[in-house]
Amino acid sequence: MLGGGIIQGFLETGRNFCGSYYDPARLTTVQYPEVRLAPWENARTVPFLVYDGADAIAGLRCTACTICEQECPAHCIEIVKDTAKRADYLGKLQLQPKVFNIDAMVCMSCGICAEVCPFDSIKMDQVYDLAGGNRSLILTLKDLSKSNDYFRLIHPTEAALVDAARAEEQRKAQAKKAAQISNLKSEIANPPPASPAAPVSDLKSEISNAPPASPVAA
Amino acid sequence: MIAAPSEPPSTALAAPDPTEAAGQGLLEVSMGPHHPSTHGVFRMNVVLDGETVVKLTPVFGYLHRNHEKIAEKNSYLASIPYTDRLDYICSMTNNWAYVLSVEKLAGLPVPERAEYIRVIVAELTRLFNHACLAGFLFQDMGAMGTPLMYAFREREKILDLFEWLTGSRMMCNYMRFGGCRCDLPPGWLQKAAAVAANFPAFLDHFEALLTGNEIIRARSEGVGVLPRNLAINAGVTGPGLRASGVNYDVRKVDRYGIYDRFKFRVPLGGRGDVFDRYMVRVLEMRESVKILDQALRDIPAGPVMDARAKLRNLRPKAGEAYGRVESPKGELGFYLISDGGPTPWRYRIRPPSLINLTVLEDMCLGQTVADVVIILGSIDIVLGEVDR
Repeated sequence: MLGGGIIQGFLETGRNFCGSYYDPARLTTVQYPEVRLAPWENARTVPFLVYDGADAIAGLRCTACTICEQECPAHCIEIVKDTAKRADYLGKLQLQPKVFNIDAMVCMSCGICAEVCPFDSIKMDQVYDLAGGNRSLILTLKDLSKSNDYFRLIHPTEAALVDAARAEEQRKAQAKKAAQISNLKSEIANPPPASPAAPVSDLKSEISNAPPASPVAA
Repeated sequence: MIAAPSEPPSTALAAPDPTEAAGQGLLEVSMGPHHPSTHGVFRMNVVLDGETVVKLTPVFGYLHRNHEKIAEKNSYLASIPYTDRLDYICSMTNNWAYVLSVEKLAGLPVPERAEYIRVIVAELTRLFNHACLAGFLFQDMGAMGTPLMYAFREREKILDLFEWLTGSRMMCNYMRFGGCRCDLPPGWLQKAAAVAANFPAFLDHFEALLTGNEIIRARSEGVGVLPRNLAINAGVTGPGLRASGVNYDVRKVDRYGIYDRFKFRVPLGGRGDVFDRYMVRVLEMRESVKILDQALRDIPAGPVMDARAKLRNLRPKAGEAYGRVESPKGELGFYLISDGGPTPWRYRIRPPSLINLTVLEDMCLGQTVADVVIILGSIDIVLGEVDR
């Protein structure tokens, strides 16, 4: 019958129209500014820098190694190294960034910086309403630093893995140090006949000065 | 006193003189680059005799962004997010074509599970690309919005799967040379199986809406015929070629990845008109669902990245490689030459959209101007890939 196909199409449209009143599968949109869907755990927008503990400067994991700067496909990261060093969570002295800027206008949210970072410092954020009134959207170190609690909140699975790995590393480092100290103590108690080597005196002074409490990763 | 110029300025690059066409009783119309039917910033200079097309010149390059040269300056890893932006609807197949050529270049193996994941995401991509193309095509014909919104509703379910897996809906940046970036989250396979299981029902409704419609058949049958010989000679690939009756599918011809393990058929058209190109895509979606069923059933456990693969500082030995996949638009290939350095010495893309576009004039000659819009729609171009 001529027109049968058109009538069938109208029936299909009518079925969909009626379904949109009661079938949840047909109600796929939400009223955006009032209702916001929770992002998926993996969702990524722009990067941010994780810090441990309460102090954003002292606990910053970033060591200004500039790997993310080199690997960024859009070249939107700018890092200037600070000359002063500080101890990281293992007690090792590391560099820190003096300037860390990310041009969020250029960033294409690919997540490669987070993937190549060897210190688990740079991670992907989930904020998405970044649009502002001017044409510059450069995020500085102050904007980028966010606590580990925030990281745990938005990426719970990944954060748990990172925390476990860091706690394990810290435990190993502490065990190594304790072993060194006990070796040293036994050496002091029974001094060897030969003259002591240079590193031993370094460690001695370190023990007497009491090592600074390193921020706990877990 | 200023001397008069010795010769008139060259007119070679100037726009064609509209009065030249007008002198012969013809009308020259510039369709695009801001016309909604051109699927992006694409322009066609159409010379019309009344309503009939006598000449058509495609003009592209408005979206050129230097992708190939940027890739020659960046590391191998840093080019992957740029490939997402080629055919911005199907980022997964673009990733796959690129990592396939790097894997050939560097001789990297891929774990079994990663191969299965690649097939699953690529076939999901094909499903929503074809559904959306049908929606856009009928929007061009005047079915404003309705089929497109139905297609988008299905696409949304697949994009949710992609966001769950990769963190991004469209710019997935998921595949890496030597595997995939991350493993499937728990529960993902069941959800994907549910989406694949519901898809044939959607296709039945979609076809009930469209395939039998008398207006659609009158508008699309016998319109924009692409003869078999011309399609082969012009290097057309993808559903456009198969609608003209040529049995050529890179999944069958090249059997890249693990496509030799799946049972599926390649639908072929007979006349090569707009309706055949639509119908081939619908049948291809049904075959993709079959591939998905098999892949989701057989996927093994195991690692998703080869242990030897390294992402940073990849320096393949000097040589060349061409990796190609059957993207939803056609044969997508990446040709890489390495000189042993950290960046490709030459990086060249064979984009299916651009090459399929070269036969546009041949398909449009003798048709009316309203048909030009649907013929362009049936080729399935994405300007991100045409202009790169």
